[in-house]
Amino acid sequence: MRDKLLKEIGMSLFTICAFSFVSLSFLVDIDFKNRDLSDLIDSKHEVLANEISTLNPAPPVIMVKRLSETFGNYSQNIVNHSGISYDYSKKFALQLGNDPANFNEEFIASFFKSEFLQTKVLENTNWMIGRDWDSYEDFAQNFDEKVQYINQSVIAEFGISDTTYLLPQVMQAGAPDWLKTGIVALMIFGFAVLGGFLYALPLAFKHDGIHNDHVFHNKSQTRHYPAIIVFICLVVFYIVLYQLPAYLTNQVVLLTPVAEKLAGGASDRWFLYGFLYTIAMMTMGFKMMLKYKGNKYQQVRTASVLFFQIAFAFTLPQILTSFQLPAYDLKSAWPLEYTFFFDWRVGQYLNEGTFGIFLFGWGVLLFAVGVPLFTYFFGKRWYCSWVCGCGGLAETVGDPYRHLSDKSLGAWKIERYLVHGVLAFAVLMTVWVSYTTFTGISELLGISSYDVRSVYGFSIGFVFAGAVGTGFYPVMGNRVWCRFGCPLAAYLGLVQRFKSRFRITTNGGQCISCGNCSTYCEMGIDVRWYAQRGQNIVRSSCVGCGVCSAVCPRGVLKLENKGEDGRISENPILIGQEGVSLNI
Amino acid sequence: MPYFGGMPTKRKVVIIGNGVAGTSTARNLRKYDSDVEITLISAESKYFFSRTALMYVYMGHMKFNNIKPYEDWFWQKNRIDLVFDYVEGVDAAGKKLRMRSSEEIYYDELVIATGSRPRFFGWPGQNLKGVQGLVSLQDLENLEKLSPPPLKGNKDNLRAVIVGGGLIGVEMSEMLQTRGIPVTMLVRDEVFWGSVLTKDEGKKIGAHLREHNVDLRTKVELKEIKGTNGRVSSVITSEGEELPCDILGITTGVTPNIEFLKDTGLEMQRGILVDDTLQSSIESIYAVGDCAQIREPKEGRGGLEAVWYVGRMMGEVLGQRLAGKQSVYLPGPWFNSAKFYDIEYQVYGKVNTRTSEDHIQYFWEGAKNKFITVAYHPETEVFHGINSFGIRLRHEYFNKCLKEKKGVGEVISNIHKANFDPEFYKKWPAKFKADFENDTGIKVPNSLLKKLIS
Ligand SMILES: Cc1cc2nc3c(=O)[nH]c(=O)nc-3n(C[C@H](O)[C@H](O)[C@H](O)COP(=O)(O)OP(=O)(O)OC[C@H]3O[C@@H](n4cnc5c(N)ncnc54)[C@H](O)[C@@H]3O)c2cc1C
Ligand code: SF4
Ligand code: SF4
Repeated sequence: MRDKLLKEIGMSLFTICAFSFVSLSFLVDIDFKNRDLSDLIDSKHEVLANEISTLNPAPPVIMVKRLSETFGNYSQNIVNHSGISYDYSKKFALQLGNDPANFNEEFIASFFKSEFLQTKVLENTNWMIGRDWDSYEDFAQNFDEKVQYINQSVIAEFGISDTTYLLPQVMQAGAPDWLKTGIVALMIFGFAVLGGFLYALPLAFKHDGIHNDHVFHNKSQTRHYPAIIVFICLVVFYIVLYQLPAYLTNQVVLLTPVAEKLAGGASDRWFLYGFLYTIAMMTMGFKMMLKYKGNKYQQVRTASVLFFQIAFAFTLPQILTSFQLPAYDLKSAWPLEYTFFFDWRVGQYLNEGTFGIFLFGWGVLLFAVGVPLFTYFFGKRWYCSWVCGCGGLAETVGDPYRHLSDKSLGAWKIERYLVHGVLAFAVLMTVWVSYTTFTGISELLGISSYDVRSVYGFSIGFVFAGAVGTGFYPVMGNRVWCRFGCPLAAYLGLVQRFKSRFRITTNGGQCISCGNCSTYCEMGIDVRWYAQRGQNIVRSSCVGCGVCSAVCPRGVLKLENKGEDGRISENPILIGQEGVSLNI
Repeated sequence: MPYFGGMPTKRKVVIIGNGVAGTSTARNLRKYDSDVEITLISAESKYFFSRTALMYVYMGHMKFNNIKPYEDWFWQKNRIDLVFDYVEGVDAAGKKLRMRSSEEIYYDELVIATGSRPRFFGWPGQNLKGVQGLVSLQDLENLEKLSPPPLKGNKDNLRAVIVGGGLIGVEMSEMLQTRGIPVTMLVRDEVFWGSVLTKDEGKKIGAHLREHNVDLRTKVELKEIKGTNGRVSSVITSEGEELPCDILGITTGVTPNIEFLKDTGLEMQRGILVDDTLQSSIESIYAVGDCAQIREPKEGRGGLEAVWYVGRMMGEVLGQRLAGKQSVYLPGPWFNSAKFYDIEYQVYGKVNTRTSEDHIQYFWEGAKNKFITVAYHPETEVFHGINSFGIRLRHEYFNKCLKEKKGVGEVISNIHKANFDPEFYKKWPAKFKADFENDTGIKVPNSLLKKLIS
């Protein structure tokens, strides 16, 4: 009774908070009346600023559109005024007498009014002067294509070039002040966390031990409609976060006071994301602590990932920022941290003098020495389930979904191709980008490093690691990214498989093939396959979460770091029977 | 066997029963003989599943699919033909099987691995609906039908009585409680599982069950089962008390599944008698697993040992024998394991239920729900075995100690090497060694020195 009540109260609190959080995008108006936009919009664009302040208040979902239209109109005006207006062609043809041969420097100087425009036209169409054209139409079409580039330069010069960057900031300026006081944040996040805690609390009253009762009876854990709803919400959240950040304006400003205290600056979507990530991990980490009350390994490990998330991933970069230093998460290693060798980052390090050099050296040491060394001694678990933020989220927020990972041989095959493929991609991209970083030349083998990085950033950074990696928890298990996509996991895994002291020891002949271990292995390892043959588990993908050992009802599995002798037993003999002579 | 002229058809091994014993036979045979035809028959489920894990399906820890140790493609890939049908009888002279719904099946060699079924003692009313054991998949399905659906609470206030507190009894009790059904457990002995555990252990486990709200009644037996409308409604105990119940779990042991062999001419006692090559009294018929009874068991071992490992090991041996190897069934030191709610239990070697002239015990409690019993010979101090509760121990270590007949002092002096608890668990060996030395006066060699070095 008490337990049920606690869970219901907790769940209701959480749901109310989640709805309030989402509703900020739909119900709370952005209003630019009497707002000072001068910090964001230069006084030379006063017209734009005035235009914005006359917009009718509206919630973000509507205001984003209005504001982009306003920006668009403004740019259009700039083009009409200072660029090549869209109805230029008739006059253009007339003046040229429909003859491309008349197109030359003098014509440009006479036809286009401003000097800036003349220069830009010349820059873009130089090659068109004095050419043989099949027809005037052919010429005109080519010129038309160039017009948009020219107009872009015009907008960049006289208008506002990067509206995608500016728009969320302007939106924030229009967000209501009462959202920025911190009180609403305290209510929404505070009660959500409280709800989570209350929901988890009944676990505290249970006996020590493993309680997976009803996991497979529970609709929200078995791909039924509640899981599908969570799945859709998560994926939509990631898409909005990455692609449509301005819709989150009201949510972002909630954290203004926190951001100011920590980093001394305004909050942005990444700050919001980091904050949500951290509190979600804390809440579900609390649940983990209670769920594994009797299991020290699980508790210590959970405490460790929480520590690294709170201190290293969330707080430290903010503090560095407040000291005007590059925000750097010291635990984040290449190639997971795929931007490490990007030119802007290397530039950042170099600009920071000693501290920057330290950061650069630290990062290089981490992946070149730290990763192989620690993995040799402790297995990849030291990173994947003790330190890493992605792993941390998977182990806390994702824990209720761990049994959904596919254990089939087929899935293992796909996993090996995919994860090593991503590693190869990450390495190649880094080679490309470093080449650009250190030589300043953007193309290697005819492919632009900017293209390579943007393909990687979109497909791996956003789609795989974000939307799929986390969004798919409720349908494919909590380690989708770690298992199929993470290049660092692939790298750690290679070390773990071939040169490490870590293994999961199988306890002689005690396995009863029950399948708990395989079922609850988040990495989809068929642990039972090995255990029932008396064979140690030495798999590159094992993140050493220790849950297989925890759920085994017969005490068969032990995670150990020991000498390399006898670690891999290809032809194990089960203990307990002496009359088998395998060599006859 | 039928012979269609020309090339003789391949040798065919037929196995009745696809439990761990039958499956291990088939797998080992295939591993060492890629030619032979293998047929694996079962009337329970087409695919091998882990019987020991049935409880987890009921409790929602797993689905049936999860308790199948091999994916379904495995059998075809290894060319093991699966037949889902019941064998009505064996014609040993004609070397063929009479099937319930399909054609006769011929064999060259026959392996009987038909396992066991719950043992009922002829109580009045034992055929009422709601009275059942827990061994087969069908038992599980029946229990599911009797129970309230999961997560909906026990709205009809169903009650359960379990007769016989053994391993399956505890499992059944744990299962029923996840559906909110209160459980009363009747146990014949003075303490829980008194036929295997020592008194100290039985008391501790009994207390643990009570903490889990099991109404444990010791020294109480079942007398009579009463029913209304064909369904069980209450039981009368040996003390004359009437306990109302809607589900009656019978877990008073199992007995081999061998009635269908009555007319085969096989020599049988409680099980099918086999020698250490696992051959029965009829050449080309073998038996493994729960249904096989060893004619001359090794000292300290039983003839019928209905446990998973024995079935698996017999299957390994027989599979290899059928593939032409000289393996014999020669079990090493005894081991087993189980779980009583939250307390894991492991045993290596032999710990008797009580002390005797040539067998004494040392009971040690390290913390709540963590305790150990060590047994040894009072004079020679040879180590006999260890029961451990809530503490995981390394099989390899004790197997070696037992085979080499080590002295108990030496076994205990290195017991830290046998600690199999997960990392960061509180280390118990040092205290255990010191207490053992203090309490028994038996020297634990080097214990102090080792402590100083390490
Ligand atoms: C609930 C439960 C929990 C257990 N837990 C443990 C444990 O933790 N540790 C442990 O060591 N042991 C445990 N045991 C015991 C262990 O499961 C058995 O010893 C083991 O499964 C026996 O295997 P087997 O292959 O001999 O027979 P079984 O697994 O019983 O297989 C026999 C098969 O043969 C089929 N069969 C029988 N007759 C016919 C016929 N005439 N025609 C066709 N098919 C037929 C049956 O339907 C069955 O599928 C447990 C048993 C149960 C029931
Ligand atoms: S094998 Fe065990 S320790 Fe490794 S990832 Fe799977 S559950 Fe975790
Ligand atoms: S959980 Fe333990 S007993 Fe069950 S299959 Fe895995 S190793 Fe074997």
